[in-house]
Amino acid sequence: MALAPKVLKLFLSFLFISLMSFSIIRLIPGDPVQNIIGERGASEERIQDIKKSLGLDKSVPEQFFIFVTNAVRGEFGESIVSKQPIWSEFKVLWPATFELALLAILWSSVAGLLLGILAAIKRDSIWDYGAVTLSTIGFAMPIFWWGLLVIFFFAVSLGWFPVSGRINVEYDIPYRTGLLLIDSLLSGTSGAFLSALKHMVLPAFVLGTVSLAFIVRVTRSSFIDIQKEDYVRTARAKGLKSSQVIFKHIFKNSLPQILTALGLSFGQLLTGAIMTETIFSWPGLGRWLVKSIEARDYPAVQAGVFYSMVIIVLINFFTDELIKLANPKMRDQAL
Amino acid sequence: MKKNLLCATILSLTLGLTAAAQANQNFIFCMEGSPSSFNPQIVTDGVSMNSSSQTIFNRLVEFKKGTTEIMPGLAESWTISKDKKTYTFKLRKDVSFHSNELFKPTRNFNADDVVYTFNSQMDAKHPLSIPAANYEYFKAMELDQLIASVKKTDDMTVVFELKRPEAPFLANLAMDFASVLSEEYAQTLVKSGKGLKTLETNPIGTGPFVFKSYQKDSAVRYTSNEKYFKGKPKIENLIFVIVSDSTVRLQKMKSGECHVMSEPQPQDLEQVKTFKNVNLMSTEGINVSYIAFNTEKKPFDNLKVREAVSLAMNQKSYIELIYRSQGTAAKNPIPPTMWSYNKTTAANPYDIEKAKKLLAEAGLKDGFETELWTLPVSRPYLPNGKKLGELVQADLAKIGVKVKLVTFDWPVYLEKSKKGEHQMIQFGWTGDNGDPDNFMNVLLGCSAVKAGSNYARWCHKGFDDLLQKAKEDSLVSKRTNYYEKAQVIFTKEKPWYPVAHARFNRLISDKVVGYKIDPFGHEQFESVELK
Repeated sequence: MALAPKVLKLFLSFLFISLMSFSIIRLIPGDPVQNIIGERGASEERIQDIKKSLGLDKSVPEQFFIFVTNAVRGEFGESIVSKQPIWSEFKVLWPATFELALLAILWSSVAGLLLGILAAIKRDSIWDYGAVTLSTIGFAMPIFWWGLLVIFFFAVSLGWFPVSGRINVEYDIPYRTGLLLIDSLLSGTSGAFLSALKHMVLPAFVLGTVSLAFIVRVTRSSFIDIQKEDYVRTARAKGLKSSQVIFKHIFKNSLPQILTALGLSFGQLLTGAIMTETIFSWPGLGRWLVKSIEARDYPAVQAGVFYSMVIIVLINFFTDELIKLANPKMRDQAL
Repeated sequence: MKKNLLCATILSLTLGLTAAAQANQNFIFCMEGSPSSFNPQIVTDGVSMNSSSQTIFNRLVEFKKGTTEIMPGLAESWTISKDKKTYTFKLRKDVSFHSNELFKPTRNFNADDVVYTFNSQMDAKHPLSIPAANYEYFKAMELDQLIASVKKTDDMTVVFELKRPEAPFLANLAMDFASVLSEEYAQTLVKSGKGLKTLETNPIGTGPFVFKSYQKDSAVRYTSNEKYFKGKPKIENLIFVIVSDSTVRLQKMKSGECHVMSEPQPQDLEQVKTFKNVNLMSTEGINVSYIAFNTEKKPFDNLKVREAVSLAMNQKSYIELIYRSQGTAAKNPIPPTMWSYNKTTAANPYDIEKAKKLLAEAGLKDGFETELWTLPVSRPYLPNGKKLGELVQADLAKIGVKVKLVTFDWPVYLEKSKKGEHQMIQFGWTGDNGDPDNFMNVLLGCSAVKAGSNYARWCHKGFDDLLQKAKEDSLVSKRTNYYEKAQVIFTKEKPWYPVAHARFNRLISDKVVGYKIDPFGHEQFESVELK
């Protein structure tokens, strides 16, 4: 596809989703002013005063215009709840989400691939049934319950890992990249890196469970499909070693499907680890977005939705490019 | 082998950290939410107040810890004029403000700071007033309409002139929003171009702890104030850790990661007894939960219906099942720990037969259909609105009243109920300043109908007159008399079914010495230490 239409398409989808995120949060009944006042009463003048101070006294089209012109300049305004620029909140919360999602996708994709391949090549064996059962359980298990179970067992009973948080509170690590594993190393504080790593194990394990289930399924089914292809039969017939058939022919050709699954999972992890973040008191974006919706924090919700959209678009883009790299046949096809 | 290595690493790490904790005297308070700002003038929620005003700041007068009594804070003493409209405060000398990387104070606390603190909240045109700050609490307590002027007469004396006498005024000055900020710091921020918004992220106060850092949604750190005028706190580092899920918070407490934990759920308290080294501490909270009848709507405009419905509700079961006995049955709008509480009013009786009879007298022999709005959020005064709704529904079915349970998202719930769209509704209140006016006038006064916080939409002239008289008189004995009379009218007229006064609970580690639980829910750690 030529570049210009692609950019235009991107631009239009950005504009459309901004409009959606802007209007949907305003369509939900209840406004931020009520949340500020709480159980207490307030006169009509007082309510108008607060609205004015939040810029909500302007007409909706006017508010949208301000939002878009600011967004183009990379400004998302101030949070109604914390009165801080959205960007300053974002830059600390995002690395926390990213770090956790990255670790979760890493372990779940390695484990998922291995299990999926094993299940496919030893089809109908105990390995296959085991992997399928595990994947079904992974899908079906509610994260909040699974998370608590993991905490009870590994943190409280065995005491191997901390219950929640990102690092032991004794360490006050200055913000550099926001990625605590890196910042703790840079700070040179002894023990800080290990503490940060220890804190990541349980949440990353819990968060990766659902992706693991998904990746196992996709790997297994695409392997089974491709095993039936003529060229695989030919490869086997001409006497290639089993490992060569698996890696050169089957794996390479199932890569597009697997990469798509990985991309989808990673996008999901980056934009919505709400349950895991809540249970492990992980200061990330998912929890922040939910709290912002509850408080009708319009600028925060708009920015949050905008961010999720950008992440999804970028990940889709990179997944496409990776697929093209992995499989030259796909290069000419529009995905 | 590898497993052994992992275990050894973890073990050594844990041991190392425990030793470090003892040496550094880190005190960890696990709380339920994140502070929205560190400027006590603009925050409205308990978590933010504890993280800012209670820890970093002081006020002219303060509540004696664990009580609602007023005692000197930054003011050494005060006098009140005969007409009760002039308050003169003598300030404490040798109080210094904290310093941070943006600011090193060149002078001690004085009258300029007090004048700035109040005038910037009162007058939006004040050069150091934060644009768009709203000063929610200052205005909610109507101080902008009460105070005529705040002036300094010398460096250590400040005079407040009021437009009318107002008995709860002194108690208002002990509230969080009245925390004294440094004028010099505000000036410095304006001059350096950092702007007044910095007050929200880098607070400077006079209090027992100095703000060090805040990691969003994760932890707030403080160090002890060596120059604190009441003496340096015993703990070196104070850390507030944010753990929003109550089950996880409990597990953290159990595994020794917290020294004090806020808001344990009533249903978890039984389990706590089995924890080693963890104790439960509790006190009567200054709060009330209630079910308001919309007296502007049929059939609740009829006193007989309100009486009948009240008679059919089994309060005992609510206290046992919802509060797990961590609450006191309510009969008045104010809690029993508050002065002027009328002990002689009748408790809520439970009498199904009488209820049926009253309904028949009201012409509703076959009962009626109605709605009960259930609280969508868990508040300290009512942990589980939905469950209370179900119990009430079952109780009222016995007298033929079919209750439909309705609920909305919190902001919607607030908006609709303030417009009076409900029939019966659950609500509650946590006191701001320990004054009965702060309950009765805010929740049941005639002016509160218009403001929206009188959810019964009940305006009773006799009741309201008593409240106004009590507000203007400063003699506690006289005020008590007015409020006691008002409570008699309340129990007779039944605008609400008062449900409970919930207890405040905190879990504390047995290593902690000197912690006092506070009926307002304030957290103060200046005299706490670790064994």
